[in-house]
Amino acid sequence: MSTVHLAGPLIGKSTLWYLSRSSGFVLLAAFTTTVVLGLLTAGRVASPRWPRFVTEALHRNMSLISVGLLTLHVVMVVIDRYVPVDLIDAFVPFLSPYVPLWLGLGALASDILLLVVLTSLLRVRLGHTAWRLLHWTTYAAWPLAVAHGIGIGTDRPWVLGFDLVCVAAVVTAGGYRLSGSRDVALGRPA
Amino acid sequence: MAVSAVADKLRVDMIECRAHGVCAEVAPELVALDEWGYPILADGAVPASLAKHARRAVTLCPRLALSLVPTDRRR
Amino acid sequence: MTEPRYRYRGLTQAPTAVDAPPTGAGYPVAQPTGAEHSVAAPSRYAEVPPRLLAGWLRTNAPAGLAEHARDHGPLPIGAAPWLVEAITQAGLRGRGGAWFPTGRKLATVAANGAKAGGAYVIVNGAESEPAAAKDKLLLRVVPHLVLDGAELAALAVGAREVTVCVHRGVGLLPVLRAAVAERAAGGWGAGVKLSVVESPNWYISSESTALANFVNGGPGKPRSVSAYRDGVKGKPTLVSNTETYAHLALIARHGADWFRQAGTAASPGTWLVTLSGAVRRPGVYEVPVGVSAADVLKLAGGASEPWQAMLLGGYGGAWLPAGETMAQPLTPESRDVLGCVPGAGVLFGLAAGACGLAETVRVAGWLAAQNARQCGPCFNGTPAIVDDLARLTWGRDRQAWDRARFRMAMVNRRGACAHPDGVVQLVNTALHVFAADVAEHLARGGCPGLSQRPLLPIPAVPSPDQGWR
Repeated sequence: MSTVHLAGPLIGKSTLWYLSRSSGFVLLAAFTTTVVLGLLTAGRVASPRWPRFVTEALHRNMSLISVGLLTLHVVMVVIDRYVPVDLIDAFVPFLSPYVPLWLGLGALASDILLLVVLTSLLRVRLGHTAWRLLHWTTYAAWPLAVAHGIGIGTDRPWVLGFDLVCVAAVVTAGGYRLSGSRDVALGRPA
Repeated sequence: MAVSAVADKLRVDMIECRAHGVCAEVAPELVALDEWGYPILADGAVPASLAKHARRAVTLCPRLALSLVPTDRRR
Repeated sequence: MTEPRYRYRGLTQAPTAVDAPPTGAGYPVAQPTGAEHSVAAPSRYAEVPPRLLAGWLRTNAPAGLAEHARDHGPLPIGAAPWLVEAITQAGLRGRGGAWFPTGRKLATVAANGAKAGGAYVIVNGAESEPAAAKDKLLLRVVPHLVLDGAELAALAVGAREVTVCVHRGVGLLPVLRAAVAERAAGGWGAGVKLSVVESPNWYISSESTALANFVNGGPGKPRSVSAYRDGVKGKPTLVSNTETYAHLALIARHGADWFRQAGTAASPGTWLVTLSGAVRRPGVYEVPVGVSAADVLKLAGGASEPWQAMLLGGYGGAWLPAGETMAQPLTPESRDVLGCVPGAGVLFGLAAGACGLAETVRVAGWLAAQNARQCGPCFNGTPAIVDDLARLTWGRDRQAWDRARFRMAMVNRRGACAHPDGVVQLVNTALHVFAADVAEHLARGGCPGLSQRPLLPIPAVPSPDQGWR
């Protein structure tokens, strides 16, 4: 029995569909913000009014918000019976009959994101080297999430514009992080 | 990882440290920075009132270079 | 009389490569007569014959296995179970620089090894100290004594492997390899696997964790965890000086009481001093612990020029004023009077006409360049201190003098190893011992000693492409 019919008087036929998609957009925005903050933490961005730990604490909080939004997004998609996506498809990629490739990329991104967040919560016990290697998988998770969004969520042109903004933000922050100017400023030997 | 007032002090692994300076922001009563940005730790055990801040400094260190160790440990 | 004019030489002197004293064979060693020894030694330990260098002084040739067996008897493998106790009772203290009680170190590694299922042993023959030659000498002339000590220590701490680390480029690798082969051929040994490697020549690479790191396949750079807990292949690793193992091999044969017949109560035994500088007969001398600098100088035929100061311990050691200090016993117990422990047995006499500050700038500059580039306070702080000292020495910079003292307090004890502490000790003692020179340099920009050629040897820094392996 369709959940949509049960809730008939309260919500429209497409409400869940819109919720699924909008939660996806907000999730991508949150995820992108998290990645940018992470790059800025490593890039040592700070000013007298904006201490280092604020960037880092924001990064941690945004990642937890992202996990919350991910949960919301998955729940919305699974509840909405308009598309045949089950809970298992949120974690095991390429099983679903509904656009298995694009959906699968989303599942992969979720898996990696959950792994990264879990290991970061336990990072003091993990030790720096192991934690760092696992954390770098974020550089796979985020592009997968963007690809998932483009492949499965682009039914209007402005969606691509939104994706472009996200990519630009990460590329800029990444460029700053890679430039290594901070190491020179520290006077560290090459 | 409870900190009791007489048991633990802060210790920095100076080889891991990259002078991010987050520790000095989070626990300025316990950590000062030298002219090159590297931490100078206060001697002795962490007082109970600052234990929470000490733990946060340990967790937030980007390199996990900071740790809490028993006060009788040498280096 | 016209005021002498001092040439301003620029703010920093490039280190001048001066040949290090010859190492090992060919290095002149004094032949003490009994009379000199009994005068040199504290009265309770009169007539102490040389122990480590006895064979060398007699034959002037390295001791092969046969001669070693004749001189010292068979390898006392049976001593292994009670060796740690014997070494503790003997009071042997490490001869690598720190004078740490060897019995305690053996016990620690043995206990850690029991928990970890095995230990490892490293012989520190790297001797990257430019003014020291004793370890290279021992490895060349009594390698079997050193190897005996290492094998016995291995049995005592539960290790089955020993690695001997030697200095690169002095020809010791083939000598040690030949000794190991000789032992295998002669059936001499305790079933311990012996290997020999050349460790990097960086000053810092002979630090205990750096050596363990290198033997373990990593770079010759210090680590944050003690080798006695986690060293080669994750096992607790005993890292001790060449000379320490040699003494150990003799204590195993002759006992703790015999060892205590020389030296002082707190620091028994004999030790090797590398005497250089303004000395008639520079070289490696074996003396009982407790002799003074004046005693050693007498053995060496006296000073070639009057001394203004002496450098004790090594390049990371301390300057001491010549004068009353020359009569002080050179022991770790005299630390309060001397200001330092006797270190690796380096004793360098600075001639009166030289400039102590300039020498210190060159040596400290070399030391600062020898850091492992790992710890911020060290790789930033030590060159900064040297720069300040240079500005004081050549640039009449009073603020540099203040800055140097402030920075030394900032840098001391803030590295993962004791390298910055050594630089601080050298510079700090220089500022005290050469205080009159400091005043003159600040007032007049220099002193007559600046025109002297460099006296303390500054080896060429290892080339960057040699790396840390």
